Amino acid sequence: MKNFKQREIEAVREWKALHSGSTPVIYIGAATCGIAAGALDVSERVRAILEKHDIEAHLVHVGCIGPCYLEPLMDIAMPGAPRISYANMTPDLAERIIENQFLRGDPSLDFAIAQFSTNGHDGTARLPDFFDLPMLKSQVRLVLRNCGFIDPENIDHYLANDGYRGIQHAFELGPQAVIDVVRDAGVRGRGGAGFPTHKKWQFCRNAPGEVKYVICNCSEGDPGAFMNRSLIESDPHCVLEGLLIAGYAIGATEGKVYINADYRLAIARLESGIAQMKELGLLGENILGSDFSFDISVKEGAGAFVCGEETALIASVEGRRGMPRSRPPFPAVSGLHAKPTIINNVETLGTLPNILRNGADWYRQFGVKNNHGTKTFSLTGKVRRPGLIEVPLGIPLREIIYGIGGGPWKAFKAVQTGGPSGGCLSEEYLDIPVEYEAMAGAGSIMGSGGMIVLDEDTCIVDLALYFLRFTQAESCGKCAPCRVGTWHMVTLLENMTRGQSKPEDITRLQVLGETVKRASLCGLGQTAPNPTLTTLRHFRAEYLEHAREGYCSAAVCKELVTYHIDPQRCNGCQLCRDVCPTNAITGVRSEVHTIDLERCIKCRACYEVCRYHPQAGNAVVYESARRVMA
Amino acid sequence: MSEDIYQDVFSSFRGEEGELISILLRVQERIGYISEEAVMRISRFLRLSENQVYGVASFFSRFRFDAPGKTSIKVCMGTACHVHGGSLLADAVGWDLGITYGQATPDRRFDFQRANCLGCCTLAPVVEINEQIQSRVLVTKLKETMNRREEF
Repeated sequence: MKNFKQREIEAVREWKALHSGSTPVIYIGAATCGIAAGALDVSERVRAILEKHDIEAHLVHVGCIGPCYLEPLMDIAMPGAPRISYANMTPDLAERIIENQFLRGDPSLDFAIAQFSTNGHDGTARLPDFFDLPMLKSQVRLVLRNCGFIDPENIDHYLANDGYRGIQHAFELGPQAVIDVVRDAGVRGRGGAGFPTHKKWQFCRNAPGEVKYVICNCSEGDPGAFMNRSLIESDPHCVLEGLLIAGYAIGATEGKVYINADYRLAIARLESGIAQMKELGLLGENILGSDFSFDISVKEGAGAFVCGEETALIASVEGRRGMPRSRPPFPAVSGLHAKPTIINNVETLGTLPNILRNGADWYRQFGVKNNHGTKTFSLTGKVRRPGLIEVPLGIPLREIIYGIGGGPWKAFKAVQTGGPSGGCLSEEYLDIPVEYEAMAGAGSIMGSGGMIVLDEDTCIVDLALYFLRFTQAESCGKCAPCRVGTWHMVTLLENMTRGQSKPEDITRLQVLGETVKRASLCGLGQTAPNPTLTTLRHFRAEYLEHAREGYCSAAVCKELVTYHIDPQRCNGCQLCRDVCPTNAITGVRSEVHTIDLERCIKCRACYEVCRYHPQAGNAVVYESARRVMA
Repeated sequence: MSEDIYQDVFSSFRGEEGELISILLRVQERIGYISEEAVMRISRFLRLSENQVYGVASFFSRFRFDAPGKTSIKVCMGTACHVHGGSLLADAVGWDLGITYGQATPDRRFDFQRANCLGCCTLAPVVEINEQIQSRVLVTKLKETMNRREEF
């Protein structure tokens, strides 16, 4: 305990020295999204430049700050000046900026996008504050507060930012009082269903037994969602501290983080985080001098969507096929190894340190009645400013899509939330508040945080088919409604996208969907028809067009689309002829080309060259035609 | 030689049923897939039936049962990639290599997989070639990359 206090003081001192010392600091966002965009190449070049010119500076790899469309981000904080952010870095550009800054004293403001005024220095009037950028203005960052600011692999950075204060406060309160605080704060499970967290905890605390488990669910199997991974990569300790708090509240002896094995960086950061915790006495016997003993281990999953379901997750942790079982008994009474177990989402756990540190009243100021606090979303799809965002509950959907996301490039069609279990909302629902009840009332769900914006180039039937194919493939096969029902739904939708269906198939699809929803065993099957059913409700016309006329207005469904060349525009450059893999395009140089539809496989290569190559005439068009069905 | 690999992997485990998935993951990291021999060795180590081991391995999409090709091509099938035309990329790779996803070319030079989501949704559509993420991929761009096969 004494050592820990000492370490805390030192951590704060070091943190202050880093930020107001005489050495410049260069921050590079190096979470998975940044790395994919090339952050490590930038970092390597920066290191080389610093060495070449013998410049003294700290190079800190931080996590994801959110606006992924600006990645890779590089920030420079000179002594006595605010931290300035440069976006879309390439190694060459980074070299230029570093050399300008350190050799010529020119901060290259033309390349900068924003500054952070938070470190108390006066900035230049030319740059906006980072948090005043349109993407960040309506966000409230509680869970993500450290993301992009601390080095995720350095526990001292977390300690310097009030890290592990939450668990210390929890020790002062005692387990039952911790549950009461969580109840008063109104925390609801952030995995999507919104079940009150304190209830689950209370069940588990009241359950008899010496051995209890708490599992952090980072299965995150739904496509298009990366909030949990980003949080763990950018601030692993806030999740680990949350796990400690949950464990203490229910009287658990062991915590496990169930995480997808594909998340290599996140796993590495968790493991180094756990090692650092052990070193500081935050894990093991009598943590920080209390009577609480706890251990955390990482348990890798192997990629199955159904393992997000609690009982399936437990089966997978026990080393069996990840199949759900019928409930009750609920895991809070009989879970892992038949012991009382609670399973909380990463984000739920990530909010706990904040709540314990600042109190329930502080947390209740965010959000609206019955929906307190914030929610992270991964905002992607056809939107101008995609990224990782955190908003207070109750914010209008429109504000997220247009205010934060900047809206779609083309005409807005729908927004999809909740991944394969969720639904699509059309434009008329844009003014509903983002909260559990309102989203469910509109026919979608809040979900774990995937939010995909769709524009007029997205075919709704194709999207419904996409999600159903996914759930059908991920269905564990235990119960017939899900195993067989989803398969038939896929077939019906496939026929529709091929122009081979009859109008009555739509009714059939709807009836089948309702049946699967009602009769399936677990959440996967019960929600699998949602994308289809909600789109049938909001976009029925599009289904009818596909079924009756074989017409896909978005020109996405391959079988309903034909490619041809506009003779007015074709300049005979022969580029399309060269890229065509099936030699379907014929024509001599400088004369109009034609596409042989018998041979065309609709791979879109010709369209792309014709559209984007400077020599081409943008003559290839693909479209769907209305036709009279037999 | 293969004897050593299994011994090496098993040495960091206690031999409990709950470790099965972790062991399968480590074995696949070492030899690239779950071979018949691997199933047999793991079943002996954990004192489970081969049936049980294979049953668990075949349940999870991550495990594969044939040797991977040298160059791995993973096309992301996440929602964001899908709405940005990811399925066209999968079709193009399949057409180019003459195989479908989940397969390797007969000469084992290429390996074609689909990923549920690579988690770089903001760079959609993405393709991962040998652990390198290619962002905002076009069909033609992908073909160009694939045509420079000598590099792989």
